[in-house]
Amino acid sequence: MSSTKFILGLFDDPDVMMHGIDQLQKNSVPIYDVYTPMPIHGIDDKLGIKSSRLGYAAFMFGVLGGTTIFSIIYYTLVHDWPMNIGGKPAFAVPDFIPATFEWTVLFTAFGMTITFFFATHLFPGRAPRVMELRATDDRFVIAIDAKGNVPHDDITNILKEAGAVEIKHNDRKYVSYE
Amino acid sequence: MASHHEAIIREPLITGENITYAKISDDILKPVENMPNRAWWIGFTVASLGACLWVFAVSWTFWFGIGSWGLNKTVGWAWDITGFVWWVGIGHAGTLISAILLLFRQNWRNSINRSAEAMTIFAVICAATYVVSHMGRPWLAYWPLPLPNQFGSLWVNFNSPLVWDVFAISTYFSVSLLFWYTGLLPDLATIRDRATGIRRRIYSICSFGWTGSVKTWQRFETVCLILAGVSTPLVLSVHTIVSMDFATSLEPGWHTTIFPPYFVAGAIFSGFAMVQTLLLIARKVLGLENYITMFHIESMNKIILLTGSIVGVAYLTEFFIAYYSGGEYEQYTFLNRFIGPYWWAGCMMYGCNVLMTQLMWFKKIRTNIPVSWVLSIVVNIGMWFERFVIIVISLHRDFIPSSWAMFYPTWVDVSVFVGSIGLFFTMFLLFIRVLPSIAIAEVKLLLKSSSEQAKKKLMADGHVDESHAEFYKESLTKFDTVQLSNYKK
Repeated sequence: MSSTKFILGLFDDPDVMMHGIDQLQKNSVPIYDVYTPMPIHGIDDKLGIKSSRLGYAAFMFGVLGGTTIFSIIYYTLVHDWPMNIGGKPAFAVPDFIPATFEWTVLFTAFGMTITFFFATHLFPGRAPRVMELRATDDRFVIAIDAKGNVPHDDITNILKEAGAVEIKHNDRKYVSYE
Repeated sequence: MASHHEAIIREPLITGENITYAKISDDILKPVENMPNRAWWIGFTVASLGACLWVFAVSWTFWFGIGSWGLNKTVGWAWDITGFVWWVGIGHAGTLISAILLLFRQNWRNSINRSAEAMTIFAVICAATYVVSHMGRPWLAYWPLPLPNQFGSLWVNFNSPLVWDVFAISTYFSVSLLFWYTGLLPDLATIRDRATGIRRRIYSICSFGWTGSVKTWQRFETVCLILAGVSTPLVLSVHTIVSMDFATSLEPGWHTTIFPPYFVAGAIFSGFAMVQTLLLIARKVLGLENYITMFHIESMNKIILLTGSIVGVAYLTEFFIAYYSGGEYEQYTFLNRFIGPYWWAGCMMYGCNVLMTQLMWFKKIRTNIPVSWVLSIVVNIGMWFERFVIIVISLHRDFIPSSWAMFYPTWVDVSVFVGSIGLFFTMFLLFIRVLPSIAIAEVKLLLKSSSEQAKKKLMADGHVDESHAEFYKESLTKFDTVQLSNYKK
């Protein structure tokens, strides 16, 4: 049994990498993940990754923000201490729009982004789980879990034929740990 | 797809030959990964001296109070709010570039959005300092927040534009910061994975453990799109609300319904001028000419021309309405801008903002770097005077002639303003030293579709209409970074 944990196919071109994904899938080799230095559209479809639901979260946070500040304004200016401003009505909805709008935006932005960080496990100080250091620079990396995917030479050949510039058999999952 | 072909008639967004993904990282990270050059040190020294002046002048204000400024009973708002509106306006271009141009799929934004957003954040910090220092008692800065208190059940008044402004500016600043930092994560990871030792540890903490996996990128793009979607109305609302600080008063010269769109256009106008001021220098000093090309410069100049003309139309509208309203105070205020004691300020405002910008109609001027830079400074000056004219000239002579007065700034006024410019440049220079001044990942997206070499390949493959190719080659003549000898027939 070899000690290889992950097989990485390194590509220098996103289109060639897409071809590599196709070739692997044609040969029924499951792909663990793909790491790219920039967003490449279409990989998520190929890998069958569902589209993000962050938009729904953003909407809910927006509703929450608008409701929160409108309630605060209503409580303070209409319910708790209505002011007599030239006899005008205390429940002056047009005047409440700017602050309501601002908090709708504020909650949408922060709620959605924090949800994104939470769901993707991004937070300050998190140890980077990087399989290939050049994946954030100029290499488009397809990672294949070596366990159960044998023979490794076949996978290497598929990647090579698809145009990978380098193929790595890593004994460690993440190279970023010191 | 990374490699969809773009029409040949579009100008390249990345010039130069042999640009690879690795070279993009190398070029952009050069100032971050190497010791700064002499130009940076000179700039940083001058700027930090300015920032020290700012610290001194603001401390002086806090110690001795607002009385150390030149304000009087008639002109109770002067350089402070002028500086505030000027800085907030400058901030607007960053959000316009990062949000509105993203929604319009303007790919040329990719190489200028990062530094423009940084500029937004620093400009809003400068603006906020004016608000806090004008409070006189900054330790009571929490009073405009709707907090339960012991002052007799008194809540803040949400009918007041000044309270709206607190909400608008704080939301604007925090959302801009969030948008900017989220966009920085992939680039911080790039620096992290190239660095060693202590730098690697620092960038590791800052990059939140970014890996660039498929799901991360997918969510990242969703987040950026929605942030752009909410930032677009946000940025418009901010200067609208700033203008309402004035427009909801009864002061002649302020009490006009045109203020919100007029202020928003003016804000974008001044902001782009500041982006131009910064980037024309930065592209040269940092050697980023291939990424911030003549096309970018010309596009920004076109936006300056457009927004400057909108501002011009707003000026004309104001004059017409002052005449047409029949209100004598209103009419006097506008005449006073030319025949009053501050006629020179009025001339600076109209001359710099409207007359000088019209030069941008000429392509020779739009594509001339020194002239563009000078014009961007002219616009910055003009927009400062616009706020000065609106604020001080309107206030100094309004309804009661016995109250008329002049405004004379003290050294504290001048120092706070000059110092805030120093503060701004100090922060900007630190930014280009420690963070990538161009969004690396976003520029990489353009390499296979919109770069000069991709277009050259497209022509070499021969799938291009000959007349289109000629049009394209013609458009390359304005670029200062394109080797025209490569395009001889």
